[in-house]
Amino acid sequence: MNEIFTLHVNGEERPVRDSWLGENLLDVLRDRLGLMGSKGACEQGECGSCSVLVDDELVCSCLVMAASATGQAIVTVEGIAPQGAPSDVQQAFVDAGAVQCGFCTPGLIMAVHDLLERSPEPGDTEIREELAGNVCRCTGYGRIIDAVQQVAVTRRSGRNGQETP
Amino acid sequence: MTVTDDGSTDTISRSGARHGSLGTSPPRPDGVDKVQGTYAFSSDISADGCLFGATLRSPHPSARIVSIDLSAAWKIDGVQAIVTADDVPGQMTYGLIAQDQPVFAADVVRYVGEPIAALAADDPEVARRGLDAIVVEYEVLEPLLTADEAINGDREPIHPDGNIIRHQRIVHGDVDARGDVAVEGTYEIGMQDQAFLGLEAALAIPDSGGQGVELHVATQWLHEDQHQIAACLGFADDNVRLVLGGVGGAFGGREDISLQVHCCLLALRVGRPVRMAYSRAESFLGHVHRHPASIWMRHHATAAGEIVKIESTMVFDGGAYASTSSAVLVNAITLAQGPYRCPNAVVDGWAVRTNHLPCGAMRGFGAVQACFAYESQMDKLAAACGIDPFEIRLVNAMRTGDTLITGQPVLNVAPVEECLRATSALALPDEPVGGVLAVDGSHDAMKLPGGAGRTADVSDVVRGIGWGVSIKNLMYSEAFDDYATARCRLVDGPEGIEVHLKFATAEVGQGFVTLAPQIARTVLGVDAVVLDQIDTQVGSAGSTSASRQTWMSGGAVNAACEAVRDRVFAHVAGQHGWGAADLFIEGTDIVDGVSGVRIDAADACAGLEIDETVEYRHPPTTEIDENGQGDCHTAFAFVAHRAVVDVDPELGLVKVVQIATAQDVGRALNPLSVVGQIEGGIAQGLGLAVMEEIIQVDGVIRNGNFTDYLLPTFLDMPPVVATMIEQPDPLAPLGAKGVGEPPCISSTPAVVAAIRDALAQAGVDAPLDRVPVRPADICL
Amino acid sequence: MSSVLYSHGMPVLHPTTIEEATSLLAADPDAMLLAGGTDAMVEINDGHRRPSGDVVALSRIADLRSWRHDPVAATLTIGAAVTYTELMAEPLASLVPALADASRTVGSPQIRNAGTLGGNLGTASPAGDGLPVLAALDATVTLTSAAGTRSMPVIDFMVGVKRTAIEPGELITEITVPVVDGWQGYAKVGVRNAMVIAVASVGLVIDRERQSVAVALGSVGPTILRCPDAEAMLAASINWASLTATPDALEEFGALVAGASRPITDHRSTADYRRHAVGVLAKRLARRAARPGDDQRGVAR
Repeated sequence: MNEIFTLHVNGEERPVRDSWLGENLLDVLRDRLGLMGSKGACEQGECGSCSVLVDDELVCSCLVMAASATGQAIVTVEGIAPQGAPSDVQQAFVDAGAVQCGFCTPGLIMAVHDLLERSPEPGDTEIREELAGNVCRCTGYGRIIDAVQQVAVTRRSGRNGQETP
Repeated sequence: MTVTDDGSTDTISRSGARHGSLGTSPPRPDGVDKVQGTYAFSSDISADGCLFGATLRSPHPSARIVSIDLSAAWKIDGVQAIVTADDVPGQMTYGLIAQDQPVFAADVVRYVGEPIAALAADDPEVARRGLDAIVVEYEVLEPLLTADEAINGDREPIHPDGNIIRHQRIVHGDVDARGDVAVEGTYEIGMQDQAFLGLEAALAIPDSGGQGVELHVATQWLHEDQHQIAACLGFADDNVRLVLGGVGGAFGGREDISLQVHCCLLALRVGRPVRMAYSRAESFLGHVHRHPASIWMRHHATAAGEIVKIESTMVFDGGAYASTSSAVLVNAITLAQGPYRCPNAVVDGWAVRTNHLPCGAMRGFGAVQACFAYESQMDKLAAACGIDPFEIRLVNAMRTGDTLITGQPVLNVAPVEECLRATSALALPDEPVGGVLAVDGSHDAMKLPGGAGRTADVSDVVRGIGWGVSIKNLMYSEAFDDYATARCRLVDGPEGIEVHLKFATAEVGQGFVTLAPQIARTVLGVDAVVLDQIDTQVGSAGSTSASRQTWMSGGAVNAACEAVRDRVFAHVAGQHGWGAADLFIEGTDIVDGVSGVRIDAADACAGLEIDETVEYRHPPTTEIDENGQGDCHTAFAFVAHRAVVDVDPELGLVKVVQIATAQDVGRALNPLSVVGQIEGGIAQGLGLAVMEEIIQVDGVIRNGNFTDYLLPTFLDMPPVVATMIEQPDPLAPLGAKGVGEPPCISSTPAVVAAIRDALAQAGVDAPLDRVPVRPADICL
Repeated sequence: MSSVLYSHGMPVLHPTTIEEATSLLAADPDAMLLAGGTDAMVEINDGHRRPSGDVVALSRIADLRSWRHDPVAATLTIGAAVTYTELMAEPLASLVPALADASRTVGSPQIRNAGTLGGNLGTASPAGDGLPVLAALDATVTLTSAAGTRSMPVIDFMVGVKRTAIEPGELITEITVPVVDGWQGYAKVGVRNAMVIAVASVGLVIDRERQSVAVALGSVGPTILRCPDAEAMLAASINWASLTATPDALEEFGALVAGASRPITDHRSTADYRRHAVGVLAKRLARRAARPGDDQRGVAR
C-alpha cells in the first residue's frame, strides 16, 4: 500500500497507509496506527475522551482531520509514560479512586497533564473550568479533583508519597 | 471528601484491618491499565481478518414495511453479508421478561431506530455506504404516542401483546381513611438516558464448524445475553460463549440485547469474525432509556403531618417493546410511600406501550420516578401543615419492622431518621452566593448560575435548600430466582500460592473486581488473588444492576472462599491435631483458638488442590396479588440528600452549590469505592433534576447527541459532602447493602426542592412539578 | 456524498502564505477550507459531509495567526486563524475584552485551542459566540482571493443561518475591530454551566468617546441582529459624564431588545424563553456598563 501521509506520534514517525479523505485523527490513531488508548464517545468534541496533545496544545482528536496534522508533534496517552510505569498524574488517579469504568480516563489524563503544565497549583474552581471539556459519567468528579490536587501538592513538595490534602 | 485507607470509616472491622482486606480501600486492580490506556474495552477488541458490521434502522416511529431491496447494497465492493428477519434461524424475538422484541423488524416497525437489517463489510466506510444503498419502502402509519390512548383502548394494539404491558393495583388498609389535611399534585418525569461513555461494541468469532460462536461484548448479564442469543440463533446455550469485554459504564442501559444477536448472525453468515460498534447517535437509538412517567399523588395526613393514606396513579410509557417495564412499574408503585410509614394506600399503576423509544432499566429502576413524586408531595404536605420540611420527614420516618403498602415488613435496618439527622449535621457551604470576592471586588462568574456565560450578578441570585429522602429495594423481586455463582480455587503460582476467583459478574466500573479479592484476602488470609477471565465458563452471576452485586456476587465469592477455607482448615487441623472448628483466620495467619499457635495461611495452602464453586441465593420473595400485597422485595436501603442551589429567578438558571448526604450502606467494604458510587450517582440525579432529557417530537428523537443531550460537567457538579451510616445488615452476607442506586434517587427531588425554596424567598411561586426543570419553568 | 475511500498523494494541502492559499482556491473552487475543524469535523464525523476535492488547511499560514494593533487608528486587526485561547490571553484580552469574555464561554480548552474567530464567522451560526461581539463592535471582515481583497461589515457578511456573502475562491483573512474607549461585554444563556450552545446571547458595546451604544443578539434570529431602536434609546438615556443609567432606562432597554428579537422554538428552547432571556441579558449587561464597580469580570483573565 502507498503511504499517504506520515504522522509524528509519541516521538515516532508513523506512516499512514490507507485512510479516506477527511478521516479524523482519533480514527487514524485507533484503527490505522493501533493506538487504542484514546477513546471516542461522542464524535462531536463534547466529551473529551479523545483528547490528545498536538504541538503541546490539548485538542479533541475527533475534530482534527488526520491528514492536516502532518509535521505536528502528537502525543497520546500511550506517550505520557512507559507502560507499567505510570506518570504521577496517572498514579494519583488510581490512588484517589478517580477511575471507575475508565472510559473517560485517558482523555482526562491528557487534560490534567496539560492543566498542570499551564497552572501548577489550580484551585477547585479553576480545575473544574479547565476540565469542563472532559465528561465523566461514573465518578461525579470529586475523586478526580482530589487526584489533581494531590499531584499539585506532591509536585510542590518535590517528594514521593501522598499527603492528605 | 477524603477517605483514608486505614479502615477508619469502618466502625466494625477489627482494629488495624490489613490493607487489601475488607473495610480498606485498595486500588482497583485494572486501574493502571485504565490510566495508561491499555485496558481493553469491547470497542478496543479486534481479530485478524475481521469484518465490520453496521445496522439499518427505521426512520419512522410506526410504519408497515412494504419491501426491502438489498440489490444495490450487494453490488458495493466490500459488502460481505446482509441479514434481515428472514435470516434469523431460531426464535425471531427476544426480551428480558416477554420475548416481544424482533431481532429485525419484518412486517412493521414500531419505533424510530428499530433494526431492520445488518450488514458486514470490509471496513466502516463501506458498511456505511452499503446501508445507504439498501432501499426500504414504507407505508407510514399513525404512531401511538400518548399513554392515554394506550390505556383507553381507542387505538388498535400496536403489538400482538397489546398496548398495556402491565396494570397493577395496590390496595392496602382502609381505602376510605382520611386525614385532616390533603395535598395532591401531578408530576412528570422526562426520559433520561444512561449515556454510558463506552459506546456499544462487540466482536463475534464464529466456530469453524459454524455451530457455535464466541462473543466478546460489554454487557451487564453474560448468561442472560447468552440465553437470548442462543435462542435466536437456534443453538443450545453452551454453544454461545460470552466473554466480558471491558465495559465503559452501564447504568442499566446494557441489560437488554442491543447488537449481540446481529453481530453473531453476521459472523456466522460469513464464517469470519465481525466487529460492531455504535456511534453516539446510534447508541441513543440502540438501547433502552429511563421510563418517562406521569404520576398523580394525593397524601392524606393528620394536622401533625403524619401520613394517613396515599393515593396515586402512575403511568409509565414503556415505548415500543416491553423490556423490563413490568418490573420497573412494580418498583415504582410498591415504593410509592417512600421511606415513610403509611397505613393505607390505593395505587394504580400502568406500564403502556407506545411508538416511542423503548424503555427499560436505568439506575433507580422506577424508584426514581416515584421518589420525585412523593418527595414533592412531602414538601407540599409540610407547607399545608405548617411544619418544616425536615421535621415532617422525621415525623414519618420508617423504622425497622415497619410495613410497606404491600404488607411486607422491612426487616433490614432502616435508619431513615439517622440518615436525616446525619445529613443535617453536615456543614452547609461556607462560601456565600457568588463565592468570596476577589481583590478587585469582583465575583468569579464560575460560581454563579450561568457560569462562563456571565449571565448573573450576585444581586440576581437567591440561595435555596431542599431535602430528599428515599428507599430502594435491593436485588430482584416478585419471586425471581435471583442467584450468583462464584468459583474459588487454590493455584500454585510462580511466586507461591494464589487464590483464583472466577465469576461471571459484569464489572461495569463499580469496582466488583476490587472487592472480590478483598473478600478472598479476608476469608483466606492469602494476599495473592488472581481474577480469571469473566465469561460464561462459570455459572451465572445475575445482572450487575439493582444494587445487587456486592450482596449477591459478594455473597457467592464469600461462600466459595469459605468453602475453600473450611477444607483448608480440615487439612490443617488433621495435620496438627487441632479441631477444625477452633481455627480462624487473623490477618495472614491461621490461628488455633485453643493453643494459640499460628501458621502462615499461604504456606498452609501450598500444594493443596482445592476448587469450590458455590451458588448464592437470597431468601425467596413472593409475587404480589391483585391488590399488590406480598413480600415481593428482598431488602431495602435508605438515603437522605440535602441540596443547596443558587437560583437566578429572572433567567431560570441554577447552580447546584453543594449536595450533602448520609447513606445507609450497612458496611463499607471499600470506603473509597462507596464514595465513588455516592458521588457518581448524585451526578446522575442532578442531571435528571436540571438538564437531562431525551426529547421526542412526533416519536422522533431530536437530541440524540452530546451537544444537545446535556450531561453534568465539572462545572455543573458541586462538591459532595457525604457520610455513611454503617449499621451492618444482619440479612446481608457481608453486612453490606448495595450502594449504587440510592444516590441517584432522592438527589433529584432535593435539588428541585432547593430551587423551589429559593424561588419562594424571591416571592416566585413556581410548582416545578416536572423534571428536568427547564429555565422557562422557573421564570416564565 | 462523495465516495472517495482512499486518497493517494497529499490529501491535505498546507499553504504557508495567503497567496498560496488563494491560488489553490482559484484552481479548485470545490476545495474545502479547514481552520480549527471544530465545526467542519463534526459534520464530517456525522457522515453528512465528505471533502470531494482538495482540503486546504489554513493553520500554517503565519499571517492568519497574527494580529496587529494600530494605536493611532485605534483598531485591532485579527488574523482569521487566531484561536479562542489566544483571544483570552493578553494583550488581546485587554484590547477586546468582550471577545475574551465570549471566548471563555466557548466549550472547553480543547475547543478553544482549535477554534478560530475566522472559522466562527465563516460558519455563521446565529449561536456563534464571537459573532454578537463582532457585530456590536461594527467589525469588518476582509476577504482575499486570487483577484484581490475586499472588506465589508461583519453584519452584512452574515446573511442567514450558516450562510455568508463569501464568494468562491475567497477566504476570510482578517477581522478588524475598533479598540473602544468605554465598556464592552458578552453574556450567553445555556442550560448547563459549561460546554453549551447559546439559546440566547448578547454583545454590548458602550463607546464613551462617540457616546454610542451597540447591542447585538445571538440565537434569536436567522443571523446576528442589531437593535437600532434600543441602542438609540439607551444612548439618549445614559448620563455620559458619570456613565450611569436609571433602572427604568435599563428595563426599557431590555424590553426594546426583547422586542427586536426574532426567536424560534426548537429542541433547545422556546421562542418565548429566548425573547425573555435576551432582554434580561441586555438589561444586565447595560447595568454592568452603567454602574461600574458592580462589574462581574471574572478573576482569571
